[in-house]
Amino acid sequence: MAELNKQDYEPGTHVDLAPPVSQVGITGWMRKNLFSTPTNVVLTILTIYFLYKVIPPVLNWAFIDAVFSDLDHRNECREIAGGACWAVVRARLEQFIYGFYPEHLRWRVNLTFVLMFVALLPLLYDNVPKRKYLLWFSLIYPFFAFFMLWGGLGLEDVESAKMGGFMLTVLIGMTGIVVSLPLGIALSLGRHSSAPIIKVLSVWYIEFFRGVPLITLLFVASTLLNYFMPPGTHFDLLLRVIIMVILFAAAYIAEVIRGGLAAIPKGQFEAADALGLSYAKSMRLIILPQALKISIPGIVNTFIGLYKDTTLVVIVGLLDPLGISRATLADSSWQGLSTELYIFIALGFFISCFAMSRYSLYLERKLDTGHRVK
Amino acid sequence: MDNDTTPMIDEQPATNGDSRKTAIEITEMHKWFGEFHVLKNINLLVERGERIVICGPSGSGKSTLIRCINRLEEHQRGEIIVDGITLTNNLKNISEIRSEVGMVFQHFNLFPHLTVLENCTLAPIWVRKLPKEEAEASAMKYLERVRIPEQALKYPGQLSGGQQQRVAIARSLCMNPKIMLFDEPTSALDPEMIKEVLDVMIQLAQSGMTMLVVTHEMGFAKTVANRVIFMDEGEIIEQNEPSEFFDNPQNDRTKLFLSQILSH
Repeated sequence: MAELNKQDYEPGTHVDLAPPVSQVGITGWMRKNLFSTPTNVVLTILTIYFLYKVIPPVLNWAFIDAVFSDLDHRNECREIAGGACWAVVRARLEQFIYGFYPEHLRWRVNLTFVLMFVALLPLLYDNVPKRKYLLWFSLIYPFFAFFMLWGGLGLEDVESAKMGGFMLTVLIGMTGIVVSLPLGIALSLGRHSSAPIIKVLSVWYIEFFRGVPLITLLFVASTLLNYFMPPGTHFDLLLRVIIMVILFAAAYIAEVIRGGLAAIPKGQFEAADALGLSYAKSMRLIILPQALKISIPGIVNTFIGLYKDTTLVVIVGLLDPLGISRATLADSSWQGLSTELYIFIALGFFISCFAMSRYSLYLERKLDTGHRVK
Repeated sequence: MDNDTTPMIDEQPATNGDSRKTAIEITEMHKWFGEFHVLKNINLLVERGERIVICGPSGSGKSTLIRCINRLEEHQRGEIIVDGITLTNNLKNISEIRSEVGMVFQHFNLFPHLTVLENCTLAPIWVRKLPKEEAEASAMKYLERVRIPEQALKYPGQLSGGQQQRVAIARSLCMNPKIMLFDEPTSALDPEMIKEVLDVMIQLAQSGMTMLVVTHEMGFAKTVANRVIFMDEGEIIEQNEPSEFFDNPQNDRTKLFLSQILSH
């Protein structure tokens, strides 16, 4: 016993020993994450077995046995191999991107698309060089894009019926996202307002648009609206659809931000008031920056939903990627290749939505100021 | 922490060219929360440079009283005149009063998304329309006065409670207020941090600032107050200079309250 109470070195002089091998490196990681309990051991083995059964056939189908060459008929694919026939995507790629936009004018779509990133850059990142000037560009970009895509002022006109494919998805999705955010913020402030009329109007608006399916609104846009218009007026279907998507998304955004506003302690409003800030300034400088930060996951969630919901426009006859795939499948040369087409479309959507989700994580991390204050 | 006792404010608020002697004048003021009569017939005259400590049991209306002075709460009857301006629903009057009256809260209420420096410069830039450089220079001056300049670029969440409360005081001072209201400034602090905040408040008092302080720190009241007000059930029960108030309370309720808070 007395031996145990003795220490044969000076306190504070003990050397740092390396941790046991089982705690660090690959072994340590596997022990901790894969084999920590009997249940985990079973789950790990089952998962490995499942992946072993699933991955090789998928790889075979999608790549090794697949046909990528430029062909005109599905039967030519079948002659070569038994895997996926990506030739169908290749044959209709331009339709999937541009719809039926006139071929000699497609440079206008490309230019608009590339410049969209230039316009988005200063909005998404605040450390972009020359941000001030770029923001001016962001401001005029929507008008520029409208002019480029639809034509006018000497540029050849293009009807919206000719637009389709992913171009349509990006057009409806991005316009919806960019316009519904400010509208949603305004609505959430309206619902938070102490003026009864503004509050009631905002609540009615939100409850109406949230309570009605988007498809119903799209039908209203495509058919009913004509009854309310003076006879003879032509109001572009695509424009009507975009407006409906915006109104619909704004209601959701408003509710997401209302959640953020509700999470701001009363003391923040009081401190802003006590310093003499006006309502507009206290909202802009104190309340909204915090409420929006809290709402980022919800906002991006809504945006991703909106982006994917653009596929619903196929119901009112617009040719988004799903519409194009329908048309392709109706063609006797490509019948039965729905798997390939849907996987391609899914991939197209996944890339955009994954990018949005990553950006949201980046933003959350950037705006994190350490600890939350009561 | 060094303990120099240099005056906190060079430009004494009491003598900055304003000859008005009265800072706050409250006459026959009443306030209700719904059916509940929280403040009953409040009459209070505060002179420039006066330091008033308001105490009383919880729920006695002391916080509500000082929150009425900058219109965080609305009174329903009677009159409040702050720095010559009558408080009504007139938004212009309200914002004018708010920019002249600083307030320090129990829970600090710093803006967590802004740095300490930005917290201090926000109102001078957006309300007083000061140029950014000038606002920052003045903010650094006040951060030095509350002995916290090295934290200027940190976020409030990275500071201790005592440090946050000192930043909150600096933030209010950056507006060059004529009157400072303190709503239980040390109640949310750990015991070892109370002193650093009180030291700053004592310095501020010595510089001649008009102060209304809701607090249970009786040591502070004895050191700096000109007058101690005791409130209970929405009424001002008793007011006197500190020595008289503590040694010779007149009202039974005051005696009971003092025996309760001073006995331990």
